[in-house]
Amino acid sequence: MDALLLQFLNGLDKGGAYALIALGLTLVFGTLGVVNFAHGALFMLGAFCAVTFNKLLTLEQVVLDPEQKTAWGTPLEIRTPYVEAWLGDFGVFLVNYSVPVSIIIAIPVMLLIGVVMERGLIKYFYKRPHADQILVTFGLAIVIQEIIKHYFGANPIPQSAPEIVAGSANIGAWLGLEGNIVYPWWRLVYFGFSVVVIGAVFAFLQFTTYGMVVRAGMRDSETVGLLGINIQKRFTVVFGIAAVVAGLAGVMYTPILPPDYHMGMDFLVLSFVVVVVGGMGSLPGAVLAGFLLGILQSFASMNEVKNIFPGIDQIIIYLVAVIILLTMPRGLMGREGVMEE
Amino acid sequence: MTKLLEREPIALLVFSAVILTMPIWLAPLGANYPDLLQKFAIYGIFAMGFNILFGLTGYLSFGHAAFLGVGSYAAVWSFKLFTMNVLPAIAFGVLFSGIFAFLIGYVSLRRSGIYFSILTLAFAQMCYNLAYSVLTPITNGETGLQLTLQDPRIIDRMFAPAGAGLPSTNFFGILMSGYSGFYFCAVVLIICFFISRRIFKSPFGLTLLGIKSNQNRMGYTGYNTRPYTQTAFVISGMFAGLAGSLLAVTDPLAGAERMQWTASGEVVLMTILGGVGTLIGPMLGAWLIKYFENIFSAFNEATLEQTFSFLPEPLAHAAVAISGLFVGEGWHLTLGVLFMLIVIFLPGGIMEGWRRLVRWIGGGGGGKAKTDSAAVAQPAE
Amino acid sequence: MVANAVLHVADVHKNFGGLRALSDVDLRVDEGEIHAIIGPNGAGKSTLLNVCVGRIKPDKGHVVFDGEVLDSHTPYEINQLGVSRVFQTPEIFPDLSLLDNVMIPAFASRDGAFKLRPFRKLRLEGDVRAEAEKNLEDVGLAALKDTEAGSLSRGDKRRLELAMCLIQKPKLLLLDEPTAGMSRHDTNRTVDLLKTIKQRGMTKVIIEHDMHVVFSLADRISVLAQGRIIASGKPEEIKGNPVVQEAYLGGAH
Repeated sequence: MDALLLQFLNGLDKGGAYALIALGLTLVFGTLGVVNFAHGALFMLGAFCAVTFNKLLTLEQVVLDPEQKTAWGTPLEIRTPYVEAWLGDFGVFLVNYSVPVSIIIAIPVMLLIGVVMERGLIKYFYKRPHADQILVTFGLAIVIQEIIKHYFGANPIPQSAPEIVAGSANIGAWLGLEGNIVYPWWRLVYFGFSVVVIGAVFAFLQFTTYGMVVRAGMRDSETVGLLGINIQKRFTVVFGIAAVVAGLAGVMYTPILPPDYHMGMDFLVLSFVVVVVGGMGSLPGAVLAGFLLGILQSFASMNEVKNIFPGIDQIIIYLVAVIILLTMPRGLMGREGVMEE
Repeated sequence: MTKLLEREPIALLVFSAVILTMPIWLAPLGANYPDLLQKFAIYGIFAMGFNILFGLTGYLSFGHAAFLGVGSYAAVWSFKLFTMNVLPAIAFGVLFSGIFAFLIGYVSLRRSGIYFSILTLAFAQMCYNLAYSVLTPITNGETGLQLTLQDPRIIDRMFAPAGAGLPSTNFFGILMSGYSGFYFCAVVLIICFFISRRIFKSPFGLTLLGIKSNQNRMGYTGYNTRPYTQTAFVISGMFAGLAGSLLAVTDPLAGAERMQWTASGEVVLMTILGGVGTLIGPMLGAWLIKYFENIFSAFNEATLEQTFSFLPEPLAHAAVAISGLFVGEGWHLTLGVLFMLIVIFLPGGIMEGWRRLVRWIGGGGGGKAKTDSAAVAQPAE
Repeated sequence: MVANAVLHVADVHKNFGGLRALSDVDLRVDEGEIHAIIGPNGAGKSTLLNVCVGRIKPDKGHVVFDGEVLDSHTPYEINQLGVSRVFQTPEIFPDLSLLDNVMIPAFASRDGAFKLRPFRKLRLEGDVRAEAEKNLEDVGLAALKDTEAGSLSRGDKRRLELAMCLIQKPKLLLLDEPTAGMSRHDTNRTVDLLKTIKQRGMTKVIIEHDMHVVFSLADRISVLAQGRIIASGKPEEIKGNPVVQEAYLGGAH
């Protein structure tokens, strides 16, 4: 029982990441009709926003202290991050909270990247076949990935969560259970964060006129265009939002998974499966499928399950995708006629 | 000239001549060493087979590397268990990849469009993940499947006792390394070209093109399209398996990374680059990618500095710094950029570029030569 | 009435959600006749054809073709039984040449739903090619046989689709507004063409808005309004039928 609960919790943070990436992917597909294989790269870029910010914060000034000598008799080097030297305690705070604080940096950066990508490349592909869209964004993903690899190297760069949430929470005690169920704080934070972001995106689409137009565009962009609404400009914004959501998902994921240049591709393939399982063009479907697959993956990696079905943890997501696609032709919540041809 | 090439014996003769003389005419490009030539032939087969599915039916498979991997494993097992002769290895490779393709195709072809792409991707990823984990007894996991001294090699043992070292793959005594390996692959490539050409020019091929163009109409025209797409999928999977077993023939080991989805992406890229739906385009795309991979990844800082040494110092430094991004380790960046440029500016690939060039030179802008573009044309909405 | 109906639509019902598209539709089409179906927009005419070719399964009732009940037949099986259809929006192979467009259906009616001969040479199919060229000539498209079908005008696409159906020599040809979008000249040519193939004994069901076409072609006319057949008979009977005038013209004015 306890083990089940723990696995369930374990699936939540991964499911949150899948859901966030799949949400943006679906948003872009539903409104712009573009299959964006570079979406995983946006997730990765978000993560590297956090890395860069952290690097900037920990740039150190070196002061030679002639008073103190090292064992070799040379003057001792005192290294302090610039921010600490300039800002004192606030600087220390910044370094500690570098991951959440980089959200503030990541939002404008990702928005900019998204808008540039849409205006510079994607918009020329609205009318092209889906295969062309897949291919050009696939090429773009490789390019982004290689550039990141060139500047940050091939090895994962670990990031730490703020000290206050560094440990684990004793969930068992909260729920009044006997067992000692401990769960890393940051993963809880991530889950909460993903719920908030998903909620915000839905609220935006549901309650603002802007969002209403976007939703109408997802249904029938031609008619919306005929109504005299500049749908193109809104497309750009939608793409920007999708980029920001993916980027934030990446920023917050860095303490869970040290980012490296190919994390985007790894998540992209899974997120695509998530989108298709949820149903192309369905936002609730994407979120539902994201959490569902995250949790299923987590359950499949339990030893009890693995003993019965060896290797199931490796293939569970794909297996579920195959089963769902064969039994429900349009995924969990897909609309008829989307991407059938 | 083009009229003549329409005749089957002449087309075959010209193609064979071009392939078999590759070591000669590739010499000026510095690409005439056996390892690379073997790759040209093998990936040519892979892309040609992929094109029978994607180019003719329009079904975009994102999991074709799985069949390549299955072919390799089957071939290496044939070397381990039976004989170092390559013929049984190839037969096993083709057979097993055919079985895999039949099963995966049977399920995946129930859906079309992106759903089909995702289903094939899912199956390929399952194969890849399983090869790394539970199937380790068969695949030898991360190390990859290799020949060992303990292998039974039943058939070989009947004729000769085990030697001291690891035996080499051979074709009835001819060792499959170096140029003889290339010529073996080249002959297989020529056979594949013949098969592929026949399919393109058959009513079956025309039917597949009809499915690509308007599958709905095919139903109301009296065609049961599933067996057709299934056949194309299996043939295409067998080509991939053949290519995989040839990889094992020229270098008898097989690793799971051969099945990864990036490898599936690579064959899509080769096909697009060369020209989807054209007979030899995909093969040209494969050559170009393998050639550039080889050339670009061989560059390093020192060779770059040498290349740009004619420039004044500051310029040379800048040139080295910029071009350094694209070569060596950064070869994939070049690949990505190349990929984007082709899709953006030349969706028909090399063959479309060639056609445009011919039209430009020949007709001076005349619009007559537009008849044969059926297969390359953009699919309808 | 002679009882050898080629097509018998028996008491067919079809609802879409709450909308009743077809109710109690009973239609007999006799061998060799041209049967026109007319009616205001949204009367269910195209739905009726969709039921006949297996695109839609009726909620109730049956379609019987040539003595065979088409309950569980797929579209391709129905075509193989001898039913071809021209769609309201042309369904052709846009990125193939006109000749290929016509040869593909010819192979289907010669070789059946699936025949695997991947190595047979297309060059050796001279008979089919000649036949296809003849059919293109019949519809007046012979000169364009090597162009890509997608580049044709809407009217030409329709004529191409007609050629694609005619080469199959179907027992029953279903035509959904075959002259829509054609010039008067082309319309007359199509009518002439349909008249000549009438002599070949092919049964035809035709949906048409152009009354000139209907009255110059049809042997019998059925009037469909709000999913029901409200009248059926010879052209002159329909012309003077007050119920038809009420439903058809009264609704429009």
